[in-house]
Amino acid sequence: MQIPTELTAQIDEAISHYPVSKRSASLPLLHLFQEHFGYISEEAILWIAEKLELQPIAILELVTFYPMFRRTPPGKHHIRVCKTLSCALAGAEQLKADLCKATGIPCDGHGGCHGGTPGHGDPVAVSPDGKFSIESVECLASCGTGPVLMINDDFYEAVSAEEIPNLLSQYK
Amino acid sequence: MPAPARRIPHPREKRMVFAHIDREGYTPDIACYLSNGGYEDLKKAVTMAPADIVNEVKASALRGRGGAGFPCGVKWGFIRPGETKPIYLICNADESEPGTFKDRYIIHQDPHQLIEGMIISAFALNVHLAYLYIRGEFPQGAKILEKAIAEAKANGFLGKNILGTGFDLEIYVHRGAGAYICGEETGLIESLEGKRAYPRIKPPYFPAVLGLYQCPTIVNNVETLCHVKHIVRMGGAEFAKIGTPNNTGTRIVGVSGDVQRPGYFEIEVGSMTLGELLNDLCGGPKPGRKFKAIIPGGSSAKVFRADERFKIKVKGQDGAMVEKEIGVMDIPMDFDTMAACGSMAGSGGVIVMDDTRDMVETLNNLNQFYAHESCGQCTPCREGSLWMRKITDRMLADGGVESDPATLASVSNNIAGKTICAFGEACSWPTMSFVAKFPEEFAARATKPIPPPTPPEFLSETLTGGSH
Repeated sequence: MQIPTELTAQIDEAISHYPVSKRSASLPLLHLFQEHFGYISEEAILWIAEKLELQPIAILELVTFYPMFRRTPPGKHHIRVCKTLSCALAGAEQLKADLCKATGIPCDGHGGCHGGTPGHGDPVAVSPDGKFSIESVECLASCGTGPVLMINDDFYEAVSAEEIPNLLSQYK
Repeated sequence: MPAPARRIPHPREKRMVFAHIDREGYTPDIACYLSNGGYEDLKKAVTMAPADIVNEVKASALRGRGGAGFPCGVKWGFIRPGETKPIYLICNADESEPGTFKDRYIIHQDPHQLIEGMIISAFALNVHLAYLYIRGEFPQGAKILEKAIAEAKANGFLGKNILGTGFDLEIYVHRGAGAYICGEETGLIESLEGKRAYPRIKPPYFPAVLGLYQCPTIVNNVETLCHVKHIVRMGGAEFAKIGTPNNTGTRIVGVSGDVQRPGYFEIEVGSMTLGELLNDLCGGPKPGRKFKAIIPGGSSAKVFRADERFKIKVKGQDGAMVEKEIGVMDIPMDFDTMAACGSMAGSGGVIVMDDTRDMVETLNNLNQFYAHESCGQCTPCREGSLWMRKITDRMLADGGVESDPATLASVSNNIAGKTICAFGEACSWPTMSFVAKFPEEFAARATKPIPPPTPPEFLSETLTGGSH
């Protein structure tokens, strides 16, 4: 595992935000690692634990607790579809099925941690070309404009089936 | 990110916190904020004694906008005078109660308003280190806030010796990572300490006594902190004139689900009924449909049946309390009447379901949410939320047995009040209320005969020869 210089700088900056307890930098460091490497590897857990002078379990228990952290690599572009009530009323389940179809990812309902198709949470299912992965997530806090989704850090509201090809084509 | 759709405020709105939201040409940078009177309230605040600001907030009777509606001034008052430990302020921007979508717009479109509210609050409470805990799913919001903080610092509103007063403050953005429970203030603090977000055992009931790093800590919602700025501007007494007594100020309500025009509205608390909100501001039900169920304050609030009626006590013309019967659509959008009718104003998220919706399906969606989000610390909630989900899952898969509605009711009744934090109530109230208010729909999905009882030869009394 290679830690590039700019990541090291970001890590040190993050730690400096918590003058009272370095342990508080656990989540920020996990975010930085996931943003850089796409997921949290065993090595990353050990590295962060050592950096923050913690036992590795103190980091591992965060990775297994917080739904955003993944232990396997996602697709090049990661899609999160909101599945909670307001979006569900606005057709989120169909949207997810359409997205799965468009990206070639198997789908039967809102899966993963929600008891449906395995591979829609952690580990996350990746399309055959490795370009996309899709995850069902709980409320993204934009209930008035459902159904909503995120692609990487970008946020899209009131997404219709017709928009999908255009939307996905923006992500090469 | 595509540009967010701009909405024109409805004439019945009273916009304070959302004054700049959706304004044509309004941008989240500090130049725009300053040209719109930004940081003037901070300049006023630093000329006041910190205790006077706390008193103004107390006088305003502002109630927390996160969900519990606890008076903000009272919460602030828990900080002991002459406290020697460091005091921390945390802004709870973990907005994750399904149906709630207000903080998102403040953060993305008017971040400096929140930063100014935080600086004023920190000055009032003698805080020198504050954290802004934003949910992990707002990566762009976190960047916007970080930029806003840097701008505020460059302009002398943050950092060392703010506005030449000798007051120092640092604010850092801390990102969550997708756990709903981080909205619970003690869970949030644990998370900020780098741990799993397990809510803390009470007492102490308030982090103001023991909070972050075992020091006094005030945790306030985004909207609440924004209101502080307006309270400083207009004075607590003037703020208290908005709304109704004990339900003061404006608040942002978000309507989603089956209405013609879902969206967010900043209204004077209690200034309109639920019916006016849904029919006048949101355009009523979709063509040819009727309202069936309304969740009035975020997914955890107990559901109302559209045809439900309530007996509430109101002040009569002679000042004496008289009983009055009202329908769901007549409930004023305030904290107290909503509670008197058996639900809550909560986080201001109204979710509407019309007559095309299946209530078992609706509840199942919420049960999936709560089963997924239970932190797992307390047994009744961890096991109960999962079983409620499993039962509604089974009912939807045509496997509902006659006893299911009763089992759901019993499971939910055994969670509320038996857990460390209010998630127990939050996860059980939907099941409790849906099953009680839509019995016919639950019965229709629970028709399989109850499995036959264990044959007598397998009963424990038989097996042990009846000796115990």
